[in-house]
Amino acid sequence: MSASGNLPISLAANPKLASWVKFAPAGQVAISPGKVEIGQGIITALAQIAADELDVDIARIQMVRASTAGSPNEGVTSGSLSIQQSGRTIRQVCAEVRQIFLAAAADRLGVQASALEISDGTISGPGNVATSYWELASEVSLDREATPGISSKPAAQRTLADCPVQRLDIPDKVFARRRFIHDVTLPGMLHGRVLRPDKSGAKLAALDESAARALPGLIAIVQDGSFAGVVCETEHAAEVALAALRRGATWTADDALPDENDLPAFLKAQPVESTIIATKTAVDVGRVVRTIRRQYCRPYIAHASIAPSCAVAQWIDGRVHVWTHSQGVYLLRADLALVLKLPVEAITVEHMEGAGCYGHNAADDVALDAVLLARMADGRPVRVQWSRADELTHGPFGAAMAIEIEADLDAQGEIVNWHHAIWSNGHAARPGRAPQPALLAATELANPYPRMISSNPPQVNGGGADRNSIPLYDFPQWTIESHRLLTMPIRTSALRTLGAQGNVFAIESFLDDVASERGEDPVAFRLRHLSDERAKEVIKAAARRANWRPERRAGIGHGAGFARYKNAGAYCAAIAEVEGDEDVRVRKLWIAIDVGEAINPDGVANQIEGGAIQATSWVLKERVRFDSERITSNSWTDYPILRFSEVPKVEVEVIQRPEIDPVGAGEAAHGPVTAAIANAVFDCLGVRVRKLPMTRDNLIAAMDLTG
Amino acid sequence: MTIIRFRLNGVVTEVDTDPARSLLDVLRGRLGLSGPHFGCGSGECGVCRVIVADQAITSCDAPLWSVADKEVMTIEGLGSAESPHPLQRAFIAEQALQCGYCVPGILMSAAALLMQNPKPTEVEVRAALDRNLCRCGSHNRMVRAVLSAAREMAAS
Repeated sequence: MSASGNLPISLAANPKLASWVKFAPAGQVAISPGKVEIGQGIITALAQIAADELDVDIARIQMVRASTAGSPNEGVTSGSLSIQQSGRTIRQVCAEVRQIFLAAAADRLGVQASALEISDGTISGPGNVATSYWELASEVSLDREATPGISSKPAAQRTLADCPVQRLDIPDKVFARRRFIHDVTLPGMLHGRVLRPDKSGAKLAALDESAARALPGLIAIVQDGSFAGVVCETEHAAEVALAALRRGATWTADDALPDENDLPAFLKAQPVESTIIATKTAVDVGRVVRTIRRQYCRPYIAHASIAPSCAVAQWIDGRVHVWTHSQGVYLLRADLALVLKLPVEAITVEHMEGAGCYGHNAADDVALDAVLLARMADGRPVRVQWSRADELTHGPFGAAMAIEIEADLDAQGEIVNWHHAIWSNGHAARPGRAPQPALLAATELANPYPRMISSNPPQVNGGGADRNSIPLYDFPQWTIESHRLLTMPIRTSALRTLGAQGNVFAIESFLDDVASERGEDPVAFRLRHLSDERAKEVIKAAARRANWRPERRAGIGHGAGFARYKNAGAYCAAIAEVEGDEDVRVRKLWIAIDVGEAINPDGVANQIEGGAIQATSWVLKERVRFDSERITSNSWTDYPILRFSEVPKVEVEVIQRPEIDPVGAGEAAHGPVTAAIANAVFDCLGVRVRKLPMTRDNLIAAMDLTG
Repeated sequence: MTIIRFRLNGVVTEVDTDPARSLLDVLRGRLGLSGPHFGCGSGECGVCRVIVADQAITSCDAPLWSVADKEVMTIEGLGSAESPHPLQRAFIAEQALQCGYCVPGILMSAAALLMQNPKPTEVEVRAALDRNLCRCGSHNRMVRAVLSAAREMAAS
């Protein structure tokens, strides 16, 4: 085994200590992760870990924004992996840096390292001798590789990690300081807008630029194939010029979109690549007396970030600098290099915060837009921002899924065989991972790249469409298969949880169905089929909080849902209380979460509350709408999300386990909450809604099916 | 071009431009503010809300002429780190956001509510914020923060 065998994955890839930690002269510590803040609070959790391990006040920690100019390459900030990958790395790096400085201090002060202690960066020993990280910094080189096997502080000695520390970025956001990329101004900055068709995949047949050319403030009109845009002195001028350009554009329609009202028929009729995800067999399971088959469906879901995507780019002497809210600066750089046919060294990609990011949205697309427009701006920086309509129609969507579960029951009504099949587009078409770029404008150029057909990460990385499709319950036999579409009329990529929301919805609804037929309590049924104690503990904790099973009341229903995210991450159980008649309202959610060590328990609770509310929004309201030629849900009116008056109360119990390696919380709640709501709807109305969202139309359709 | 005069965060401000331009465009463009955000451009999401004559309005679809001779307050006028508004203090205390992009608009809706109704109920707070969207799911923390700021303001 190599020496790096014991290093956390991010550290093995970036082993130099100095790439993670630097002591700045003014008594500060610069911590430089490759992961980025996307509204999840990661920089605070990482700062807590660093301050704790180094024994410095958290106010001394400066979190450096990721940039290809010098940050460690940690791939993409996704999959609830930042605590796991970046957090473990920073803990280990800081533990080693602490040891190195203790040894240097021992030398300088002439005392044993074991006699020294560190308090807010001051290293002191017996007889009032003292020095500090900053005094020693010029003599200690951190330009060395991390040593495997360094032990960090035991849980009991941590004073910041595992505590609810206030987030470092919140004051800026509450006082409206310029922290978002949208609010950046650079000297000489211009504004760009890109012209995109209403119809999906339409090509620009002709472009009459004359009206736009005549406008004041116009710097350039850029056209390359079907990619067209304007660069202007002001944002207002850019909007006016874009409108003029739009009037001069002639498009040829192209792609035919599927029937939005029968997604399973579409998904099952396409050419697919089929994969057996998992099988489990038993020798003797007894006689099968009954088989139940159910089909579940979730629609395409939009990221619907509250801000339209935005980027700034500046070309100087054949090199380009890009400011972006991408989740992966190095991956974006790789794709930009492909499109621009430039070496990566000619491109610097620097992260700045955007609005909440829930996966692969249009952040990377708009970065290429800005780069292409800025090329015509004579060295001036160009800021490009998408419209709300483009954000809701041209960015990648979470993939629609049809899921079929078939189970064989024995004479006692126990499940003896389980078959789970998924039809879906792939759930990932991220930049930087293929020989072709994944960026929208790359498909529009005169020499276009084909649209990248989404694929699925392998199960060892959590899977894609098949994420959370392998049951956590101890059924004796199962077969799990995934059918990935090889066509992609609607662009899909990674949205929070990938396929897990759909699969957990299906599995947990099906289980509820079986439990209900058996007349067995659904919580007891789940506990009876689980052997993992942490799994049982979250279910029991949520049930306890909800006073399970609450007394029956007319018009009110309760349901449960459970999953361990990616089958290897956070454990989460939810109980939902809904009120239902023609519509469904979610009144309350009780949730228990176990992420192992919760570095910032309030941060975990915040992520779980947010995830639960977003999942409620998906379940009750959300579906991307389209007709045969265009995405029609291009405004908040046509793509409604949950509002303040509709938001359920959410009670979260964080089960703190300081001794267990931490995992992320960002995606743990969506599946369990979806399932809990579906099961509560059945409890309330006696109807199994197997097609999301639970709108009035889908409720009525489900009632018709039941009746 | 027409000169439109209004008070912006207490300061008399004159803008010589097309009066049909949106207030948000003028605030973020000519006047260089970054607090009011752009979200949709059609008054649907509320991230651009500012207070005009004690009402929180969407500035992205309000023409500049509509604020002539009026008092306009943006989040920059609400408070600062040195002198925070109770709502800002409460949002920090409750950690009432995730990404924070919607926060300037939400704070202005909440501030307008407290001007009109210093002791709102939870239902009233939710109703007042109903035309502001939050995608991260921080709603309940924000409601708690508004109620806590209202209590603090009532007590002082």
